[in-house]
Amino acid sequence: MPHDGKNQSGVQEQGGGGCAALSVCQGKAERTGSERAHNQFLSGNEAAAEGVRLCRPQVIAAYPITPQTTLVERLSEFVAERAFPCKYLLVESEHSAMAAVMGAAMMGSRVFTATSSQGLLYMCEMLSYVSGSRYPIVLVNANRATATPWNIFGDQRDSVAMRDSGWIQFYVESGQESLDTIIQAYRVAEHPEVSTPVMVNIDGFTLTHTYDLVNIPGQEAVDAFLPPLKTANRLSLENPRSLSINIGPDYHLESRYQEQKAFQAAEKVIAQTDEDFARKFGRKYYGMAERYRCEDAECVLAVMGSVAGTVRTVVDRLRTEGKRVGMIKVRCLRPFPRALFAAQEAPCKALGVLDRNISFGYEGALYTEARAAMYRPGASIRTLNFIAGLGGRDISRSDIALMFEKLARLAGGSFEEELQYIGLRWS
Amino acid sequence: MKEIRWHGRGGNGAFTAARLLGLAASVYGGHYAQAFPSFGPERRGAPVLGFTRIDDVVITDHSQIVDCDCVIVLDETLIDVADVLKGLRPDGVMVSNSSRSEVEFRKTFDCAGVKNLVLLDGTSIALDVLQSPIVNTVMLGAAVAAADLVDIGDAERAIGDLMPKALAGKNKDALRTAYKKVKAMSKT
Repeated sequence: MPHDGKNQSGVQEQGGGGCAALSVCQGKAERTGSERAHNQFLSGNEAAAEGVRLCRPQVIAAYPITPQTTLVERLSEFVAERAFPCKYLLVESEHSAMAAVMGAAMMGSRVFTATSSQGLLYMCEMLSYVSGSRYPIVLVNANRATATPWNIFGDQRDSVAMRDSGWIQFYVESGQESLDTIIQAYRVAEHPEVSTPVMVNIDGFTLTHTYDLVNIPGQEAVDAFLPPLKTANRLSLENPRSLSINIGPDYHLESRYQEQKAFQAAEKVIAQTDEDFARKFGRKYYGMAERYRCEDAECVLAVMGSVAGTVRTVVDRLRTEGKRVGMIKVRCLRPFPRALFAAQEAPCKALGVLDRNISFGYEGALYTEARAAMYRPGASIRTLNFIAGLGGRDISRSDIALMFEKLARLAGGSFEEELQYIGLRWS
Repeated sequence: MKEIRWHGRGGNGAFTAARLLGLAASVYGGHYAQAFPSFGPERRGAPVLGFTRIDDVVITDHSQIVDCDCVIVLDETLIDVADVLKGLRPDGVMVSNSSRSEVEFRKTFDCAGVKNLVLLDGTSIALDVLQSPIVNTVMLGAAVAAADLVDIGDAERAIGDLMPKALAGKNKDALRTAYKKVKAMSKT
């Protein structure tokens, strides 16, 4: 169904009386200004599009790329139906998409764009323009392998490569969390102490093309949670100022210091936003990271993205067998939940990190982060890094059970190779 | 949890059927569901897969479906090119579009391990009701009858929700027709 689409048309209707190709009309009638919360059966991309719609961006610029395409297609339908007032620009590249929304952000508009993989890499130059200038832009990245070898399937090497672009990075577990995190992302990005762009990462295909029951909050509730953007960081004749300026050696350090301060402030704002969101909408994601059944766990597996859902089911099953296992779901790679990892202590004996990426010449990126955060002299928790799920390779429940077995052996004092490739065809 | 795999050819609407089933089970049936296609590029006519999970609790598992309770084959020529019985649980149900009798079907295709086999000439029903050889809603009706996957009324409501009006009515008829035929078979 998805092809690497530069030219995918939106809605296609099948000739004859059949319905092989879908017409997207689900829930259309309900899309009115005073709509109430309701459930729909949506793909991760569609859920994300609903989240964006509820945030009422004034400008969207996008360039389609698999597996993000259906997200921006759905948004173009919303705009065509006038679901919310918005200027939608179909631009000629991802670099231009980010440049266009940056221009709109300079006028104080709330803006949105989405991309994936090579598109994100092509956008790379603009990412640091936006973050250094402190525009609160929200970007959805549909996580996909980077070329070459050419591959349209999911892994996280695209966004991990952009770790130091100065963007806050969220990774989500479900379609519902995609929708909810986009709403949270605008509130975090636009917080005056943060004023930093946010990238929401949604696993390609595994989430973007998987349909699931999604609760869509009412517009009024979202409006109350996320008021219109007000910012002084904009072009204005009444209050003239320079934006996206150049700064020489005299103040460059100070500029970077301010960005770092913003990320430190974001730690509290992310936690607070999630609590406020839970109060308003009844769903909670535990800010930068969630500890799942970790209280008395001897073996803990840390993960990012949709695989967290699968790990949950394995942890539940192993718990019924009396095994003391748990999971850390890392929701933010930046800012990194350092305190949570630093606080790992007995009875935890072994911590594994599952990376859907690899930093050649070293190890999985999340592993590096987790281990650095946990480091203290004499620390007794032993660690393993599992590389899995690259380029769309399935991560099965038995793969995860195997990781916990290896952690249990490590906890029991056995030697285990530190860097392990799960399901590698050769060794 | 019930896990269902759909076998079709690109353009058959196998994934649409997987999605309709999930929509019926979740939004209308009050259960939880997940539906996903075989990921990646799709070509018209090439073998494709659709998957549905249905459960009474939230489904967080994002791994591929390997073992399944029900396999639905929209085009019997796929049986020669795809491993349609892979992972079918011993008490699972295979539902296939076929004009053959069960004896002839079992002689033609190797499905000795299948205890519960339900055959329906879905193409005839589709040509008759839809005037088109697209059998996804027909086989959805057959599967719902054969494996008690969802309430048939919820499946109708899903069709009404997802398809444009011009198609929804005929497809509901196709669904009902197949559902009744299969229910009648199991009574005899």
